[in-house]
Amino acid sequence: MALQIFAYILHKDGAVDDTALEMVAAAGKLDPAASLTAIVVGSKTDAVCNSLTSSYKEVWKIDNDALSYPNSEVIRGLLALVIPKGSVLLIAHEHFGMDLAPGLSVKLDGTYLPDAVAFDGIEGGKLKAVRQEFGGQVSAHVVCDISGGAVITIRAGAFRAAEAANAGGAVVDKTADALAGGLPGGARRFVEIVTAEVGDVDITKSEILVSVGRGICEQENIEIIRELAKAVGGDVSCSRPIVDAKWLEKSRQVGTSGQTVKPKVYMALGISGSFQHLGGIKGSPFMIAVNKNPKAPIFQVADIGVVEDLLEFVPMLTEKINELK
Amino acid sequence: MEILVCVKRVPDTAENEISVNSSGSDIERGDLVYSVNEWDNYAVEEAIQIRDKVGGSVTVVSVGDADSEEVLRREMAMGADKGILLSDSVFEGSDGNGIATVLKAEIEKGKYDLILTGTQADDGAGQVGGILAAMLDMPYASLVNRIEVIDDKKIKIGREIAGGNQEISEMDLPCVLSIQTGINEPRYVGIRGIRKVASVDIPVRGASDLGINPGSVGKAAAKVSRVDYFVPALGKGAELLEGSIEEKVEKLIELLKSKGGIK
Ligand SMILES: Cc1cc2nc3c(=O)[nH]c(=O)nc-3n(C[C@H](O)[C@H](O)[C@H](O)COP(=O)(O)OP(=O)(O)OC[C@H]3O[C@@H](n4cnc5c(N)ncnc54)[C@H](O)[C@@H]3O)c2cc1C
Repeated sequence: MALQIFAYILHKDGAVDDTALEMVAAAGKLDPAASLTAIVVGSKTDAVCNSLTSSYKEVWKIDNDALSYPNSEVIRGLLALVIPKGSVLLIAHEHFGMDLAPGLSVKLDGTYLPDAVAFDGIEGGKLKAVRQEFGGQVSAHVVCDISGGAVITIRAGAFRAAEAANAGGAVVDKTADALAGGLPGGARRFVEIVTAEVGDVDITKSEILVSVGRGICEQENIEIIRELAKAVGGDVSCSRPIVDAKWLEKSRQVGTSGQTVKPKVYMALGISGSFQHLGGIKGSPFMIAVNKNPKAPIFQVADIGVVEDLLEFVPMLTEKINELK
Repeated sequence: MEILVCVKRVPDTAENEISVNSSGSDIERGDLVYSVNEWDNYAVEEAIQIRDKVGGSVTVVSVGDADSEEVLRREMAMGADKGILLSDSVFEGSDGNGIATVLKAEIEKGKYDLILTGTQADDGAGQVGGILAAMLDMPYASLVNRIEVIDDKKIKIGREIAGGNQEISEMDLPCVLSIQTGINEPRYVGIRGIRKVASVDIPVRGASDLGINPGSVGKAAAKVSRVDYFVPALGKGAELLEGSIEEKVEKLIELLKSKGGIK
């Protein structure tokens, strides 16, 4: 029997996440012969389901008022009831997927493969895939036994989204099956969302960002970044460890768990280039990276690279710019 | 509150350039500096702060080789009360499921209210916490960046979601949480602190002590295994500026001017 692949669809306020189409591409790479079904869980999801029928042959809907906020403890229990053992479930590797997926693989008696960035074919029930380790500094081929089913998280942006096709799919209501045992997951109860504090600058509006990472070494050194930002007329942003250390405010953090920025020019100073950081940079800015490690992943995505110690290079750059003024 | 924190000894990626060995079978391990996984260190700090507020004890546990003892000792120097090393050659080559199977066996020997792991470690998988919770049939939350103890049966947690927003939930104990960086400011551990715990006994347990069937862990049971490491062929890649540092400064200024990078 052909492999059955399911794609868990993330959606918010009626809009489908970009990864919905990326998973169509990922499923095609995983096994072109497999059947592919989208799963939509939530409340009042008709519009979301209908919008998927052009890309998915089948869309399973699990819709109930109690599901208006996606609580993974609840949804894991529901999915475990409806997803047939032996099938493969794909979901994006982000905050919800990371919450739901590892435990779901246990409940489905399947294999868990986290954060896949590419698939290299299946042989005898074994999927060959590519992952990254050590903050993206190296990649690894892994072999994953999916013969008894699997839950696989997919890195957002790693698979190029499939063109919206004309799949002419049908929506199948699975709500009754999923809720046959009542509402699971009562031990974790959603209370509220606390929205991020707004900072003194809105880096999402900045045209020039001078962004600092862990390579700055000491809190006092942040000053040289401020001076460079002043010299070029830009704003200071940063990677996550700088915020974790409380050296800069959270509102200046670029990345998947911070702000999404779209400047014209982005300077990454002592930033390694993790996918969570790069995930917050949109609009293909002109990117300059200064890093003392010539192998830093940031050099794969930057336009211009400078292999230097930033503590030496940045003050020199600032001074020269100020001289020219 | 009885708290268990799972920790891992990893190469410190902030300190090391990671490169692949000539055969691709492993990374170059010769000159690596190892430390406790960054996320785990936040988890231990959080556990210590909770214990200091409500009482109880903090145990740190690691699945690893003999060298992992050094990491357990470091976390005990921070303030953890006990360390346990789960070590056996049959654990080698375990996938996430295998590691969780070993941890579960140890957890079931004790009685813990709260089990913490880091969000992820050096392999970026982020899997052990969620798998462990499901195996133990306990509630789970990932990316936890706030914990508030309500009483001995309930806690309130914050999870980090997109855009710097936080999702607040109430959770029943016992439960498993995976901790995100930034939840606290881990205390500094000095050489004196390490010396104080240098002679504390850290029990080592193997498969038979834990009642683990060797076939259920390690390479034998792993459904996910690494074939090799490689460095992906660069796409276009950055144009690296050449010359002396002064020349690089000059060139960069020209580029910045032409791209609107100087206002
Ligand atoms: C769920 C989740 C969400 C996350 N969200 C985000 C996010 O929103 N934003 C984010 O940034 N990260 C995020 N992260 C963290 C991310 O995985 C990385 O850990 C982080 O981006 C690394 O920051 P960095 O590049 O500053 O530090 P590192 O990776 O430590 O890199 C420091 C770099 O500085 C270089 N360097 C050191 N000294 C010098 C020097 N003197 N001169 C020049 N270069 C030097 C080093 O070679 C290295 O490349 C998230 C992680 C998780 C698990």
